[in-house]
Amino acid sequence: MQRADVYAPRGLALTLETAGAWLLALIWIAPLAYAVWTAFHPQEFSTRFVWNAPLTLENFSRVLEAAPFGRYMVNTFVYVSFVLACQLVLCTLAAYGFARYDFFGAGVAFALVLVQLMIMPDVLIVENYRTMTKLDLVDTAPGIALPYAASAFGVFLLRQTFKSVPKELDDAARVEGASPLQTLWRVYIPLAKPVYIAYALVSISHHWNNFLWPLIVTNSVEARPLTVGLQIFAGVDQGIDWSVICTATLISAAPLLVAFLLFQRQFVQSFMRAGIR
Amino acid sequence: MTRRLSHHVTGWLLVLPAMAFLALFTHWPALATFVDSFWSTPKGKRPARFVGPDNYQHMLSDPVFWKAAWNNLIFALGTVPLSIALALLMAVWVNDRLKGQTALRMAYFTPTILPMIAVANIWLFFFTPSYGLLDQIRGLFGAQPWPWLGSDQTALFCVIVVAVWKEAGFFMIFYLAALQQIPPTLAEAASLEGASRWTYFRRVQWPLLMPTTLFVFVNAAINAFRMVDHVFVLTHGGPDNATTLLLYYIYEVGFKFWDTAYAAALTVVLLVVLALIAAIQFGVIERRAHYR
Repeated sequence: MQRADVYAPRGLALTLETAGAWLLALIWIAPLAYAVWTAFHPQEFSTRFVWNAPLTLENFSRVLEAAPFGRYMVNTFVYVSFVLACQLVLCTLAAYGFARYDFFGAGVAFALVLVQLMIMPDVLIVENYRTMTKLDLVDTAPGIALPYAASAFGVFLLRQTFKSVPKELDDAARVEGASPLQTLWRVYIPLAKPVYIAYALVSISHHWNNFLWPLIVTNSVEARPLTVGLQIFAGVDQGIDWSVICTATLISAAPLLVAFLLFQRQFVQSFMRAGIR
Repeated sequence: MTRRLSHHVTGWLLVLPAMAFLALFTHWPALATFVDSFWSTPKGKRPARFVGPDNYQHMLSDPVFWKAAWNNLIFALGTVPLSIALALLMAVWVNDRLKGQTALRMAYFTPTILPMIAVANIWLFFFTPSYGLLDQIRGLFGAQPWPWLGSDQTALFCVIVVAVWKEAGFFMIFYLAALQQIPPTLAEAASLEGASRWTYFRRVQWPLLMPTTLFVFVNAAINAFRMVDHVFVLTHGGPDNATTLLLYYIYEVGFKFWDTAYAAALTVVLLVVLALIAAIQFGVIERRAHYR
């Protein structure tokens, strides 16, 4: 559809706007650009920007020798997948219950779910740490993941989606003798696929970058995710060797960043879909 | 009758697993925080004992708490309006189909998916005195080096800048979606009436964007009280607590000084703040519903 362009900038205004927009974009991308520059150039060029500086991969081997980033990445993968798997199962079941079963006390139960939108596990660190100590889950992947396993946001999002599924499809499946879980599996989940993708992308990005709770609940290389490993690496082991710090930074962000560059549109749309309720 | 009963039972069985996890990791800890804030911290063999409002009295006379609360207020007053304004500006620019629209949108949005803990390290370099990027650029104009993060005059400002940089592009996409939903006929009608672009924005676009602004406002306000990752990298709350935010202080008290009772009392303050934001949200949304 062609947009009416009566208020589109023209002439000088267009030039100024374009210049402003690009200047802002330059500032916004500068940290990432600097990290890429420094990671791929020798140390002496980390604060000197000359066009003919030689390229090198030496920084990467130095980082991987100095700290177990491979292990950290595996830990992050495990923790992120574990959270997502729990969230998908728990939120799907709950969302179906709230969307299609007008059970006794549903209103109160749903209000209790929504409480988590305001009181996130992120701020309940003291009590949740105590719980994890009692459950003997400190320094394990479930220890990092379980507080996020049931997500109010996921329940809310999927409930909205399930409510928009025509009731006739549900009834038709029931007439054919499908149980509630079979109906959910055959009718609702396939129809909600785009929402699942959106939710998964947002959840993965969020937990890949999560820092404070993993910092508290892990204390060994075997459980630490990338964010915590990076903080310990950059904060303690390295003085001010910027090329090594930037390389480590890039390694921590790389999988998500590459996925974003490849599927830019899906990422932006997913964050949007997940935000607009 | 049995059919009705099985209906209720199935509904409960479906929501029960999620409710159990929420109860264990949200409802129970929230209540336990409140209860624990009236008890002392158990030390060694000495168990916790009921101390009434002692933790709160200690809080009132704790200068670091007041400093953290004040810093957090400044942090919120800095990040919320700045993020909203920049997000709107970005959305208008991307919506105007300037040259390289896709690249612009990507540049603005990229910080959203980068780990805060990682990019804060790069900002740390930018803020480094003398040879950091900021001072190198200022040096071109003959300015003297400045300890951006080491001075209590600028440290909190730097923490605000990094937070705005991180979240503005995320909020942009909501404004962008809302702008694209405004029917083009409104612009045509406004231009026939001879409205300037500014008038069109102020009288047509801005009011229509109000629901988006509310949504972004609430999210930015919540973020202002839970975004602390970059403090761990940039300043550790320093210099002299100039950048200590509430959640960061809770972390320090709870996991560095191991005074869990006092940390619980501080958490209660944070929960009250979040509840206030929720009250604002529901208050405004309900008022908005009257117009429909």
